[in-house]
Amino acid sequence: MVLTGKDRELIAAIQGGLPLVAKPYAAIAARLGLSEGEVIERLQLLQTVGLIKRMGVVVKHRALGYRANAMVVWDVADTELERVGELLASEACVTLCYQRPRRLPMWRYNLFCMIHGRERGSVLRRLEQIITHHGLQDIAHSVLFSGRDFKQRGARYVESDRTVDVMRRSHG
Amino acid sequence: MVMKNRQAKDVSVQAGVLAFLDTPVELTALEKCLLNEYQRGFPLCTSPFKLIAEQQGVIEAEVIATLESLQQRGLISRVGPVFAPRRVGASTLAALSVPADDLVQVAEFVSSFEEVNHNYEREHSYNLWFVVTAADVTHVQQVLDAIADETGLPVLKLPLERSFYIDLGFPLWC
Repeated sequence: MVLTGKDRELIAAIQGGLPLVAKPYAAIAARLGLSEGEVIERLQLLQTVGLIKRMGVVVKHRALGYRANAMVVWDVADTELERVGELLASEACVTLCYQRPRRLPMWRYNLFCMIHGRERGSVLRRLEQIITHHGLQDIAHSVLFSGRDFKQRGARYVESDRTVDVMRRSHG
Repeated sequence: MVMKNRQAKDVSVQAGVLAFLDTPVELTALEKCLLNEYQRGFPLCTSPFKLIAEQQGVIEAEVIATLESLQQRGLISRVGPVFAPRRVGASTLAALSVPADDLVQVAEFVSSFEEVNHNYEREHSYNLWFVVTAADVTHVQQVLDAIADETGLPVLKLPLERSFYIDLGFPLWC
């Protein structure tokens, strides 16, 4: 799908979140010179083509008490990658499951997944269950728990200072 | 890396520790429900909050006020879209192996780039991990080059090649 200028403006207007007002799509439409129907239709299309993965409440899991976050990296044979990737992705407590390139000799791992929990013990127990359940004992892996968070915010794909200012004002 | 600003270090360490203090989060039934049930499939209609209110047997104003409160308390970042990586603009995960004593200062330098939207420590010899996002791959590479030049550390660049994961939101209470 080729993004139009209006799509980019729309993405810029909503990437920081919808305004929490009774008619959020109408509010965005007014800002962009579109109709409410056009905004809703465009957002529906962006979801249908997969450019927007989901729309809804974006939680801050650390603030909610999910402080133990392990990035588990696996060195999977290329021929096994699809099978193992899909197995891990199907686990309820796995968030994200990505193939990334090996960078030998520094970095041997080509499959990345994330497991969150309230504390380390529960994350490691989950990981052991997953390994046992799917018979992944022979695949070399490493567990990287997260430490300090130096910066986190939603990605800004499209710059639009004006839009961000307008939204800040509308939230008071 | 030329360490120009040693003083900043202690302040950041304290801020990092504060972020880890355990503060129990008290949540109402409506808050739990909004956090759990509306991470995806947010209604695309004229009055989405009214529709949610009807589904939950409360009034529209309560839904809006509850979401505002969750946002003000830092428990949600927003109500809105999550974009698919690689589909809008360009981005990559990257990592640095930083000597422990320099970590805070290098982290601050990495965070200073507008294009870095996430930057965090992990327990590994590659101890600093960050995501660079920009309008195109050239711009992403420029940021990685600037970080490598300034820190003198080789950057491990690990762009997403394939996603197996279908994002259904964060699994709370799972």
